[in-house]
Amino acid sequence: MAADGGMGHATKRREDVRFLTGRGKYTDDYTPAKTSYCAFARSTVANGKINSIDTTAAAEMPGVVAVFKGEDFAEVGGNPAGWAIVSRDGTPMQEPKRPVLAHGKVRHVGDAYAAVIAETLEQAMDAVEAIDADIDELDAVIDMAGALANDNTLVHDEIGTNMCFDWGWIEDNRAATEEAIKNAPHVTTLKLVNNRLVPNALEPRCSIGEYDPGTGDYRLTTTSQNPHLTRLLISAFVLGIAENKLTVHSPDMGGGFGSKIYHYGEEALVLAAAKKLNRPVKWTSTRTEAFLSDAHGRDHVTKIELACEKDGTFIAFRTETMANVGAYLSNFSTVTPTFLHGTLMAGNYTVPNVYVNVKTVFTNTAPVDAYRGAGRPEATFSLERVIDKAARELGINPVEIRRKNFVKPDQFPYASAAGLEYDSGNYDALMDGLEMRADLAGFEARCTTSAKNGKLRGLGINSYIEACGIAPSNLVGVLGSRIGLYDAATVRVNATGNISVMVGAHSHGQGHETAFPQVVADMLGIDPMSVEIVHGDTSKIPFGMGTYGSRSLAVCGSAVFRATEKIIKKATLIAAHMVEAKPEDVNFTDGEFAVKGTNKKVSFGDVALKAYIPHDFPIEAIEPGLEETAFYDPANFTYPAGAYACEVEVDPDTGKVEICSMVAMDDFGNVVNPLIVTGQVQGGLAQGIGQALLEHGVYDENGQLLSGSLMDYAMPRADDLPNLVVDHSNATACTHNPIGVKGCGEAGAIGSPPTVVNAVIDALQRGGHDVEHIDMPVSPGRVWAAMNG
Amino acid sequence: MYNFEFTKPKTVEEAATAMAAEGAQALGGGQTLIPTMKQRLASPEVLVSMTDIEGMVGVAAHGNTLTIGGATTHAQVAADAADLFPGLAALASGIGDPAVRNRGTIGGSLANNDPAACYPAGALGSGATVTTNKRDITADDYFQGMFETALDEDEIITSVSFPIPEKANYQKFEQPASRFALVGVFAAKFNDGVRVAVTGASNVGVHRWTEAETALNSNFSESAIDGMSGNANDMIADLHGSAKYRAHLVGVLTRRAVAGCG
Repeated sequence: MAADGGMGHATKRREDVRFLTGRGKYTDDYTPAKTSYCAFARSTVANGKINSIDTTAAAEMPGVVAVFKGEDFAEVGGNPAGWAIVSRDGTPMQEPKRPVLAHGKVRHVGDAYAAVIAETLEQAMDAVEAIDADIDELDAVIDMAGALANDNTLVHDEIGTNMCFDWGWIEDNRAATEEAIKNAPHVTTLKLVNNRLVPNALEPRCSIGEYDPGTGDYRLTTTSQNPHLTRLLISAFVLGIAENKLTVHSPDMGGGFGSKIYHYGEEALVLAAAKKLNRPVKWTSTRTEAFLSDAHGRDHVTKIELACEKDGTFIAFRTETMANVGAYLSNFSTVTPTFLHGTLMAGNYTVPNVYVNVKTVFTNTAPVDAYRGAGRPEATFSLERVIDKAARELGINPVEIRRKNFVKPDQFPYASAAGLEYDSGNYDALMDGLEMRADLAGFEARCTTSAKNGKLRGLGINSYIEACGIAPSNLVGVLGSRIGLYDAATVRVNATGNISVMVGAHSHGQGHETAFPQVVADMLGIDPMSVEIVHGDTSKIPFGMGTYGSRSLAVCGSAVFRATEKIIKKATLIAAHMVEAKPEDVNFTDGEFAVKGTNKKVSFGDVALKAYIPHDFPIEAIEPGLEETAFYDPANFTYPAGAYACEVEVDPDTGKVEICSMVAMDDFGNVVNPLIVTGQVQGGLAQGIGQALLEHGVYDENGQLLSGSLMDYAMPRADDLPNLVVDHSNATACTHNPIGVKGCGEAGAIGSPPTVVNAVIDALQRGGHDVEHIDMPVSPGRVWAAMNG
Repeated sequence: MYNFEFTKPKTVEEAATAMAAEGAQALGGGQTLIPTMKQRLASPEVLVSMTDIEGMVGVAAHGNTLTIGGATTHAQVAADAADLFPGLAALASGIGDPAVRNRGTIGGSLANNDPAACYPAGALGSGATVTTNKRDITADDYFQGMFETALDEDEIITSVSFPIPEKANYQKFEQPASRFALVGVFAAKFNDGVRVAVTGASNVGVHRWTEAETALNSNFSESAIDGMSGNANDMIADLHGSAKYRAHLVGVLTRRAVAGCG
């Protein structure tokens, strides 16, 4: 029986009390005694040869404690890519060193080449202005096609090319897919851009390095989605600090969306400086620095072909994509456009042939890496846009063409043509639910009303599948991953019966502190408020892999589940001893251990106390204490899926798009806390709508970021959004994790962009405009230009 | 932000004295200047606040003229001019967000003359007179291009006087990020003629659209300017819209402003 507030209960997030009352403790709130402040000198040119950096005057400025340059870190390691990709011809990817500070060359606007540490931040900033940097501006490569065609202007001279790798997936399917397309009765082709996004978490990055000369211990307090991985990278690759002498702590954090998965040079710098100066060193990113130096997202240029029968039966998908990695390889920049993108290119469909080609390109722009959705939004956008175009060309209703090709409920587990095995799903049920919740039957009447008001109304449909909780470790290792993709949890039952759960996942808006206790409480039949989650501090938590890819509940939550199972097993032994019964005769239900066929029982709390005061324990048979750890390595990804509908009105005079409705019908498997899941989907939808209509990271031909502030980079605001209808009642449980959960963190951002664009194109087509595609963001100016040739 | 001195004079005379100092800079509500200083893009040595000066805050009608103190916030104009000059009050109520409207001042906005700001369109479209501690300047003389005005460096806008039109309307099409005007049009009908002022769109900053004024003078209706658009040669082109698009919007918004006059 579920405890009050256990599995499935829409409990309000307990962490919101501190967040909403100003009591959160963020990295920047931490200022240890004797803190010094760091400011960076950053390149103002996209590509430049560093002739000299004269820091003499800066070093003599008031309050300056130290100045660092790239050459100070020339001997330490680079920040590595976490996934090795092999090109189609068998050659390994190009992997130029990513230094702590730029040395020899600067490679994008915002590339840090020096750092000043001073008594105050203002003094540090003043001294940065006094650095005399002699940097020759060189020609830059900004757009990807130009970068690939240009052998003279190289982002990294030493590798002799601007291409990182040329990847085929699945290379063995290449010929068959080509043949299928050649012989197909109908082929629809679409060229599209997946626009570059700047993550813009509310809290910018912040890092504080500390060193204790008494113990030799380092401490990094930093904005990180995965502190253990950051510690591993710093220890094993960059600074060589012993892992057991380095604590990485990521406290409360105002969002990450992927941009804080990665280790950044600023973190290494404040740690190294703290050691050298023997005092804490703090750096807090400005919003401008965030625009210029956080890892950006998306930035693909794709040609997709869909081959099908005249009746709309899919025969093949083939894509050619250029994916921007920017000036350096960020930690997951190579897996995002490959295994998180190409493997999803069969969608929810029984298409027999899929071939994906991705060329990744170095350019003189900020690094690009995983951003909410990470590869799956790019796959979904390509698929669902070309399907829409094909439906229009063939005269088939967009709902029907999708239904015709859906994997059917009785086909699971289903091996997709893109190499994944979908464990569960019911895409027709999702579409059924969507047709009802979105009142698709009433669309034509709403069109008439819009027309009376001088507006063009359109309907966009989308069905997506995504892959969450990337796993298992043995498979990803074969595919090139340099890390494992398990997670870990320690459940510590304290003597007084309350519970601390130390988890590898990091919560920065996902609600772990509320949802994870619901799982434990449900299993133990206790009050969820007696369970506390500990996360973010490597000195307190087991080695987990952090939070990204909608993995926390499916992977770390499963580790919590497994550890709690171990607790029940051991507690049963203790209970059996206490009631003088055989363990196999003791049942645990509703928080009590009872002996079958008797009225003898003992409560969970009494067992906990006995575990720590084991005066009469059979110490050979039962260890004292009640604490268990589990590492959980999933058997497979989880496969959330959904059907979305969006209705828009386009103002034909101005091209402005208003979203009238957005309905998200998602399958997340079992739901632990429906309130949190709804919130996660709402946030994802806001970001997806932002990508579709508003957001765009734009560089000019010289590599200056034109949309480098919130004055030009349009983030979605509340009044840009419609009332969002979120429904996750059509669920099929994940078959391979113990909670049966999938992942909900990214779905909204994956499903919504093609839904919105499909709706805009539908509106224009219905309005008599022969417009096949508009690249995102579908801004008023672009819509008007498309309508007016 | 660099260090600076701060002074908050009580009278126009004290303010004028303070403004005469080397590196002095007038501060209205600070909604542009303070963010600029935070980014170290401006480094005034002395900030002279205009918000505590006697007689420089308030909205008053004398006959057919509405006079607004130079340090009056947008929020106060939105509230106090609602009955007297609803078209201008509506313009003020749509500037920025509540925080901006409760700090930003009409004098600050007009002195800055951001090419995408709303007030310059209202002032030029009304044929307002900018009164300073030195002189009166008509709007037609005052606005001299992007961020350029007739003001001397140390001159202080003490008030702005608006002839109240028979009817007026402001239409703003927002740039999606900043929500400044991508294009904004203020149209006003007086008994002696029509004025149309355009903001946001042009490389020359706020300006009158004389072709539309001529057409509307003979027939104040949407149909009089049907199919007309601004001159694309003068228009700004950037990532938010082409010159052609802005020129088109000038026509659309002018028609909507005329329609909005009722």
